[in-house]
Amino acid sequence: MTLLNLVLWAPLAGFILLLSMPRAKEQAIRAVSLAVSLAAFLLSLGLAWGLPRVSAGEYLATDLPWIASPAIRYHIALDGLSVWLVLLSTLLTPVSVLISWSYIQKRVKEFYAFLLLLEFGLVGVFIARDLFLFYVFWEVSLVPMYFLIGIWGHERRIYAAVKFFLYTMAGSVLMLAAIIYLYNRAGTFDYTAILASISAGTLVLDRVEQQLLFLAFFLAFAIKVPLFPLHTWLPDAHVEAPSAGSVMLASVMLKMGTYGLVRFCLPLFPQAARENAGWIAALAIVGIIYGALVALVQPNMKKLVAYTSVSHLGFVVLGIFSFTQMGLDGAVYQMLNHGISTGALFVLVGYLYERRHSLEIKDYGGVATPAPWLSTVFLVTTLSSVGLPMLNNFVGEFLVLQGAAQARFAWSVFAAIGVILSVCYMLWLYQRVFFGDTPEEVRSRVFDLRPREWAAMLPLIALMVWMGVYSRTFLPPVTAANREILRMTNVNVLFEVRAPRGGGVELRAGRAAGPVRAIGEESDAR
Amino acid sequence: MLHLWLIPALPLAGFLINGLAGRRLPKALVNAVGIGSVALSFLWVLKTVLAVEAWDAAHVERYFTWIESGDFRVGFDLAVDRLSTVMLLVVTGVGLLIHIYSAGYMAHEGGYYRFFAYLNLFMFFMLLLVLAANYLLLFVGWEGVGLCSYLLIGFWFLKKSASNAANKAFIVNRIGDFGFLLAMFLMVVTFGSLDFGTVFGAVEGKPPGTLTLIALLLMLGAAGKSAQVPLYVWLPDAMEGPTPVSALIHAATMVTAGVYMVSRSWLLYTHAPGALEVVACVGLFTAVFSATIGLVQTDLKKIFAYSTVSQLGYMFLGLGVGAFSAGIFHLMTHAFFKALLFLGAGSVIHALAGEQDIRNMGGLRKHTPWTFLTLMCAGVAIAGIPPFSGFHSKDAILLAALHHAPWMYWVGVITAAMTAFYVFRALFLTFFGRYRGSAHPHESPAVMLAPLAVLAGLSLAGGYFPVTHWLDPVFHTEEGSHAAWAVWTSVAAGLSGIALAYLFYVARPGLADALASSLRGLYTLIYNKYFVDEMYDTAVVRPVVSGSRGFLWKVVDAGIIDGAVNGIGARARDIGGLLRLLQSGNIRNYAAWVVAGSILMILGIGMWGGAR
Repeated sequence: MTLLNLVLWAPLAGFILLLSMPRAKEQAIRAVSLAVSLAAFLLSLGLAWGLPRVSAGEYLATDLPWIASPAIRYHIALDGLSVWLVLLSTLLTPVSVLISWSYIQKRVKEFYAFLLLLEFGLVGVFIARDLFLFYVFWEVSLVPMYFLIGIWGHERRIYAAVKFFLYTMAGSVLMLAAIIYLYNRAGTFDYTAILASISAGTLVLDRVEQQLLFLAFFLAFAIKVPLFPLHTWLPDAHVEAPSAGSVMLASVMLKMGTYGLVRFCLPLFPQAARENAGWIAALAIVGIIYGALVALVQPNMKKLVAYTSVSHLGFVVLGIFSFTQMGLDGAVYQMLNHGISTGALFVLVGYLYERRHSLEIKDYGGVATPAPWLSTVFLVTTLSSVGLPMLNNFVGEFLVLQGAAQARFAWSVFAAIGVILSVCYMLWLYQRVFFGDTPEEVRSRVFDLRPREWAAMLPLIALMVWMGVYSRTFLPPVTAANREILRMTNVNVLFEVRAPRGGGVELRAGRAAGPVRAIGEESDAR
Repeated sequence: MLHLWLIPALPLAGFLINGLAGRRLPKALVNAVGIGSVALSFLWVLKTVLAVEAWDAAHVERYFTWIESGDFRVGFDLAVDRLSTVMLLVVTGVGLLIHIYSAGYMAHEGGYYRFFAYLNLFMFFMLLLVLAANYLLLFVGWEGVGLCSYLLIGFWFLKKSASNAANKAFIVNRIGDFGFLLAMFLMVVTFGSLDFGTVFGAVEGKPPGTLTLIALLLMLGAAGKSAQVPLYVWLPDAMEGPTPVSALIHAATMVTAGVYMVSRSWLLYTHAPGALEVVACVGLFTAVFSATIGLVQTDLKKIFAYSTVSQLGYMFLGLGVGAFSAGIFHLMTHAFFKALLFLGAGSVIHALAGEQDIRNMGGLRKHTPWTFLTLMCAGVAIAGIPPFSGFHSKDAILLAALHHAPWMYWVGVITAAMTAFYVFRALFLTFFGRYRGSAHPHESPAVMLAPLAVLAGLSLAGGYFPVTHWLDPVFHTEEGSHAAWAVWTSVAAGLSGIALAYLFYVARPGLADALASSLRGLYTLIYNKYFVDEMYDTAVVRPVVSGSRGFLWKVVDAGIIDGAVNGIGARARDIGGLLRLLQSGNIRNYAAWVVAGSILMILGIGMWGGAR
């Protein structure tokens, strides 16, 4: 039983434990969920501790047969790409437990049970190394989120929950078909084995196959990200979801999509990925600007933050499809940053909602007077979100934009417009909520942060600073994993690679069937 | 190791103490922390300057890797050289004086600790900006001072105008930062690094087109931070902040960051002469343009704000014509006399319980003699009267301009005349004639007057600091011709500006109003600042907001995309509704379907060639 297994199964054990508890003991249920999620978090810290920092490859792998025929394996492993996403999930679950403490008053038992089940699914998604197992976790995470929105949401929760479910299912069904097709061609669901046979040349997907499989996977992930124009489920889901649901959705669940792009779309279908990079990057850039502009005019705080997610996740997708080391590193870093900053924003919006019982910006104003610390924490989060240097987002945005600039300078020019717009919508929001005179409804209801609320926010604030000042804690394993991914994208494609330093042009012979062309002189060379 | 990190770290510690615990600390302790940290920092700068043995190359200290990805690395590296020494002394020296002054000026304000915390945070970022050994770390300071500017402009956040001005400053600066960021991306693509040493060492032989683009993008950044056309609009509004802030951030230090950055990049610019020409033209145009606006403003601080924009333009003119050391020299003297003008204005405003309109002032030299005296020192300094500080630096810039292109010299001289006029117009209206307001003017306390006195001394004598001599090894500038007539012409321009102001506002009051009413159209245009704000609002802000709301959100998002999604849902439901009719549960219907299906199959087989 490796540590990784413990981290994965602890939340499920907690889920079962909660189900066995009497429903009336609400305080005990809260305490147990907090204890379980904290235990899972502490265990997951051990994962980061031992992770090799400079080499890619599987760490703490468990590879057992699960179903004999078709051969489905329980194959989980950790690497630099998944480790921080696992930690993000295990960190934000106790945060979600804390912020729901007084927020959730009905069906307390089921709420926390679903939250822990969600954690189980999310962690599983990030560590599964068997395509079928991955799909199972992918769907496992979908169900509890559906109920979190549908049961504990606001007025239009049913519409939002169904929309969320159908949107995501539409994509994942195609992905399932693609997984099964890949099984028929490769004879295994095992991700590592499939990659190995692609590298060795025993599995050659022709151009049309690659294209179709890529698109099937891509669609599932793009909906989850969500990439413009597949994003309209997100604002509805966020507005209707309870605070903790929004936090988990924005912080972790969206990363399932971007993680999938890096983990599967790039190395499994490298040629198709490179051929489609142009229009995908274009959509990402449109998403960056479009999301920011629509966020600018939202009257509802949660909807505003939801559209900023569309904008921020556009940066991630752009970084991934820049096919450069910096772009990919930045994209992965940005996944974590978005998880922390946007998660923190939803936490804080939830705090405001608990006080004033409104999500409309116009119902607020002058909050800084009765709640100076709440305002300060919100300001730090705002600054993190707009990418102020020395806070986390700046590092990711810089690397993504730099990677984009190396791929095509015009990309970075357009994407950087998002940097201007992010300040506009966030500062305007901040001004309208926190500055000015305090209306009576705000003065009488809004109070400053309570200890439990501090406890949920402090780790996030600390991470914003830490990740912004000392990225060396987090980036090296990510770089190592991405280097491996990038190497895989050069297999099967006739592709010119310039050696990183010291000149000389190395030409890798392609193995691809059908017409091949050199696509990326740009790569990470300079 | 000179422990350069201590220089910014001391104010940072001050910020943390006052920011986290200041609310519970007594005022004296807040003062001690806020002022003491800057004083220690100033002393450490002095110690550093004395400790550096060789000034030929920058003294670099590398602390830790900040960002590393692939073979790209940015370190947390600080450096000190001749150029940054000047900046360090100005920032910590003038900064210290303004901190002391603030203890008196802000004594009766709420959020006293918050004010000092922000000021200290500003000092941290500004010193980081100056000490940075690579562009990205410079950018950290660059953005950080922008943040502090935002916080301090919006210090009185209950006022809508203050928070509006704060937002405007941040957003307009971001437009400049957009250029700065792109310049850095292009640098990494071109040079593979952002380290000053690496970049400047590799400039030789790089394509001039790329270098020009990098230089122009950097200038866009500088135009944002240093309030040049077309991004100057935030600075006059920034006067919503407390007056010490205007003196420290929006006159003496932060707004000169663009000048510093361009000077720092001088090797890039000298290899991109086209971009350097743009710098000169932007600077010159800004200098004239904002000087004309300054002629007719009635808010004391706004006059000085437009004056700052204009003087920054002068500095860029100096850089643009290749006189980098003259530009930095003017940066220093300007820090002295403009900080003094603002602090003096603060003293006046303090004396009049918040009044800022010069039409409601007058005759104050009797009530506030020390303020009057020190402000006059600033006045003669900025007007370029020999032998005071402004004369030396302005002269250096104008001579370089003459050497570069005579028309630039002449425009510069006209600007100098206007500068002298509007500054003395403000001073005459404030201190001469009869008092026109209703407050009870009183002189400020010693804690405010002492910094004024020190700055007055610097304004008068600061021209004798050998700054150009000190910087010449950095920029390798050749000595321009020293045309005596050109010097006397610019001095005459300054004197005539003062004389004209005296005529209009002391000798023959009423003449100005008569002139204004006879030139009503022109006056309205200039008084309203050429309606630039309104133009930006109509051309950019409103279309973006209403387009986003009316088109992107309501039409594209809710209408087209979501309409399509819900449409698919509805169609699926419709089709399901039709198919449901098949499943009626009536046996006879099923039998009928079976018969119909069989007939169809038989027909089909017959038509497509029969069973095989």
